[in-house]
Amino acid sequence: MTPNAVTESARATAEAVARDSYGRLVAWLASVGGDVAAAEDALADAFVKALEHWARDGLPEAPEAWLLTAARRRLIDGARREATRGRAAEEIARAIEEAAADDDARNTIPDDRLRLMFICAHPAIDPAIRTPLMLQTALGVDAKRIAAAFLASPSAMAQRLVRAKRKIADARIPFANPDPQDLPARLGAVLDAVYAAFGADFDDAGGARQPFAEEALFLARLAARLAPDEPEPLGLVALMAFIHARAPARRAGGAYVPFDAQDTTRWDADLMAEAEEALGRAAAFQAPGRYQLEAAIQSAHVTRRMQGVDTREDVVRLYDRLIARAPSIGARVARAAALVAAGRAPDAISALDGIPPSKAATHQPYWAARAEAEAMLGLASADDSYARAIGLSTDEAARRFLARRRGAARKGG
Amino acid sequence: MQYLLFLYGDEDAFHSLPDEEQARIVGAHQAYAQALSEAGSMVAGNALAHPREGKIVRDRLGAAQAEDGPFTDAKEQLGGYYIIEADDLDEALDWASKCPAAETGTIEVRPVWRIA
Repeated sequence: MTPNAVTESARATAEAVARDSYGRLVAWLASVGGDVAAAEDALADAFVKALEHWARDGLPEAPEAWLLTAARRRLIDGARREATRGRAAEEIARAIEEAAADDDARNTIPDDRLRLMFICAHPAIDPAIRTPLMLQTALGVDAKRIAAAFLASPSAMAQRLVRAKRKIADARIPFANPDPQDLPARLGAVLDAVYAAFGADFDDAGGARQPFAEEALFLARLAARLAPDEPEPLGLVALMAFIHARAPARRAGGAYVPFDAQDTTRWDADLMAEAEEALGRAAAFQAPGRYQLEAAIQSAHVTRRMQGVDTREDVVRLYDRLIARAPSIGARVARAAALVAAGRAPDAISALDGIPPSKAATHQPYWAARAEAEAMLGLASADDSYARAIGLSTDEAARRFLARRRGAARKGG
Repeated sequence: MQYLLFLYGDEDAFHSLPDEEQARIVGAHQAYAQALSEAGSMVAGNALAHPREGKIVRDRLGAAQAEDGPFTDAKEQLGGYYIIEADDLDEALDWASKCPAAETGTIEVRPVWRIA
C-alpha cells in the first residue's frame, strides 16, 4: 500500500471503531474514573494517537482494545498529575488499573452504555441538556451538529455541555444502575431524552425535520437490549420505528403527504416489522406505559391503512388511556385530531376548548386540528385557525399543505 | 425583551416568481404575523421595497450626501423585518425558525439594546 492508502485505511478503521464503540469506550472509561469529560478527552487523544500509529505500524488486531489501552494510559497519567492535589486522584488511577486488569482477564469490554445514559438523564442534570449530552457522550455526535439542530450557537451549546459534565464530576453522580424502586422513573427520563433526539415536536401534520432519527433509534434499541426486563424501551423502539418507516412516503416531490394519502409501498417494510415485533414483545409484559400506548396508536393507524380495518375509535380510546397516564398538551391535541378523523368534530372542538389558551397560542398542531374540525363543520372560523397553523409551522411543506387545506375549506364554505 | 429579526433573501429571485407563488409567500407572512400577534409576541413587522428604491446617506466632511443604493454584490439583501417580544433568546430563535423567510433566506436575530 502507498503511504496515503495506509493513512486512509487507518482513518477508515478509526471511524468504524468510533461509530461502533465510541459510547462503549466512554462508558467504560467514565465508569472507573467517574468523570465523563476526562473520559472523552482521553478517548479523543487515543484516536489521535491511533491515526499516527496505525498509519505507521499497520492496523492492530483488536483496534478497540488498542484504543482503550491508549485512553486508559492517558487517563491514569492525568489522574497521577492531579494526585499532588489530593489522594482521591491516586485512588482513581489505581481503580482504573485494577478495572483494566479485571477486564483484560475476561478479555471483554463491558457494555456500560445504559449506565452512561442514566447519568446523562440524571435528575441533577437540567432536562434541556440531557439529550445533547447523550448524543455527545454515547454516540460522539459533533457539538456543532447538535447546536444547529437545537437552535443554539455552537459556543453556547459547547459551554452547556461542559457545564453538565463538570456537574457530573463535581456532584459525583454515581456511575451505577438506579435502585429498583427508582428504575421506572429513571428509565423514563432516559427514554424521554432519547425521544427528544428523535424530534420532540414530531407530528405527522407538522412534518418536522428529524436530524437525529437514526441516532435516537440506535439509542432506544440499545436501551431495550441492555434493559431486557423492561417493556417501555421496546415501546419506544416500536414507536420510533413506526414513524421512521413512513419517512420515505411522507414527501413526494418536496410536498408533504398526509398519512392517509401515503403510498404504503414506500413504507420501510423492515422497520414496520421491527416495530410490530417490539410492540408484541412489550405487550407480553402486560405493563403498559406511555411509549407502548403511543406505539399502539401508530400500530392502529397502520392496521387501518394496510388491512382496511376501521380502527379510528380504537385510536381515540388509546389516547384516552395515554392522557390518563401522561396528560401532555401534545397528547390532548392528538386525541382531538383523532376525534376529527373519526368524524366527531364537535367532540374535537370541545376537547380543544378545554386546553388553556396560553398553552395553545404557539402550539401548531392545536391550530391544525382546530382548523380541520371547524372546516368539517363548515365554520367560518376555520380560515383563521388555518392561518395560525400556517404561521406556526416551521416547515415549508407543511405550510403549503395547510394553505391547500385552507383554500379547499374556503371553496367548500 | 425585544428582538429584531432581519430577513435576508434574494429579492430578484422573489420578484421573478409567478404571481401565485408570491401571493402564497405573502400569505405565509400574514399567517406568521397573525400567529405572533395572537401569541402576544408581535411588536412590528414590515416588508421592504426592492433595494433599488433605496438611498444611502453618508455625512462626509460635514455635508450629508444621498446616493442611490445600496448596491451590494451580496446574493441576499435585507427584505423585511419583524420586531418581536420574547422572554429570552431561545424563544426568539424558536419564532425565527417559524418565519417563512427562514426556508429560502437567512434570518438574523438581534436583541434590541435597551438604553436605560
